[in-house]
Amino acid sequence: MLRSRIIPCLLVKNKGLVKTVNFKDPKYVGDPINAVKIFNEKLVDELIVLDIDASQEGRDPDYKMIENLATECRMPFCYGGGIKTVEQAVKISNLGVEKIAISSAAITNPSLLTELSDAIGRQSVVVVFDVRKTMFGGYDAFIYNGKTKVKGDFIKLLKEVESLGAGEVVINSIDQDGKMGGYDEKLISRVRETIDIPLTVLGGAGHLDHIKKIISDYKVIGVAAGSLFVFKGIYKAVLINYPSVAEKKVLNSLL
Amino acid sequence: MIAIVDYGLGNISAFANIYKRLNIPFVAAKTSGELKQASKLILPGVGAFDYAMDKLVESGMREQLDELVLEKKIPILGVCVGMQMMASKSEEGEVKGLNWIPGSVKLFDASKLKHKPTIPHMGWNQVNPEKDLQIFENIEHEQGFYFLHSYFFECESNDDVLATSEYAGKFSCAVHQDNIYGFQFHPEKSLTNGVNLLKNFANI
Repeated sequence: MLRSRIIPCLLVKNKGLVKTVNFKDPKYVGDPINAVKIFNEKLVDELIVLDIDASQEGRDPDYKMIENLATECRMPFCYGGGIKTVEQAVKISNLGVEKIAISSAAITNPSLLTELSDAIGRQSVVVVFDVRKTMFGGYDAFIYNGKTKVKGDFIKLLKEVESLGAGEVVINSIDQDGKMGGYDEKLISRVRETIDIPLTVLGGAGHLDHIKKIISDYKVIGVAAGSLFVFKGIYKAVLINYPSVAEKKVLNSLL
Repeated sequence: MIAIVDYGLGNISAFANIYKRLNIPFVAAKTSGELKQASKLILPGVGAFDYAMDKLVESGMREQLDELVLEKKIPILGVCVGMQMMASKSEEGEVKGLNWIPGSVKLFDASKLKHKPTIPHMGWNQVNPEKDLQIFENIEHEQGFYFLHSYFFECESNDDVLATSEYAGKFSCAVHQDNIYGFQFHPEKSLTNGVNLLKNFANI
């Protein structure tokens, strides 16, 4: 049976790994290559690495860094950050990256989704939505590291992105980011009922029980976390960690 | 010497890194000439069927591969779209496949899925061997392998089904005939099981 995917999500800024809270105050937590090496040993399901500055700085992805990470990474690898053209995506795909994530480009140039899907296959095209609650109980999408609100109905955007060629959507809750207080379950529910393609949720995991709950509710879903897999203890000491094979069986309700 | 067919698609470096760590000699072949020295072949592939077939033909290696595989019976392992290309045709496109193992590539029937998500089939799933072959030695079937695809290979003959998996019904996730092996999942990214499978292939 297809299992849920439990996915560390690493944020890169100035070639270093950082962790944020509500997308603010990035704190350096270590070297990306070292983190990947450790995750290899821990037999991680899948890995996401996002360069959080590339788009707002208007620069190209850091191909050398991506190549080094891809070479090191023994599990399926999704990279995002600064991708705006098919050429960039194909170049990155050929460096050994299974999935390409786009965020701002999906909003500023929606037809890119279809072009990407034609070039590298729909299964490799991921759209990341950074999302904040509105005052009225709804949600707004934001781009450029949470700085620019996207006009338009968020639910409609989700449907568009699915019909244009996305193979997977990652929903990142800005409100829950770094707080380790649990996922935004209302948000997850809204998104899951809107689209059919694979969904991965990110933002707020503070305990393995948070992951267990989401998997139990949705059976097959991607459950991603940053802080949970990078920090340990109430003082948030940096310690790369991940559930053991036995713990994963419990999380997947297989034990 | 294992030759990984480098026609421009697929995670060549992932295969290369595994064989490097296993100390098994290999070459990434970009031309027909580089294929000639191969005692075994790996045909990777990702993306769309037609595009992959076109790239393979463009690379100039198609004829040499036909000869090595069909006449010289060199063992070959196809992965993902590399495996799908071994079929006769695909619903995904118009271009004919290599027709090494008769069959057609079909789209998953999403209506058969009990809950979301639908397509693509994405993640770790169990693989159930139908034939007891050396290629599956030391594989933990519960752990399975990583899948990332929307189309699957339907063999004309059951004899060619090497292993099945479960997604929108039972489907063949591995095919085999003589010297030809094809795997829908990604052994190059399936951690220990993947490494063992690639090691087993090298030892055939």
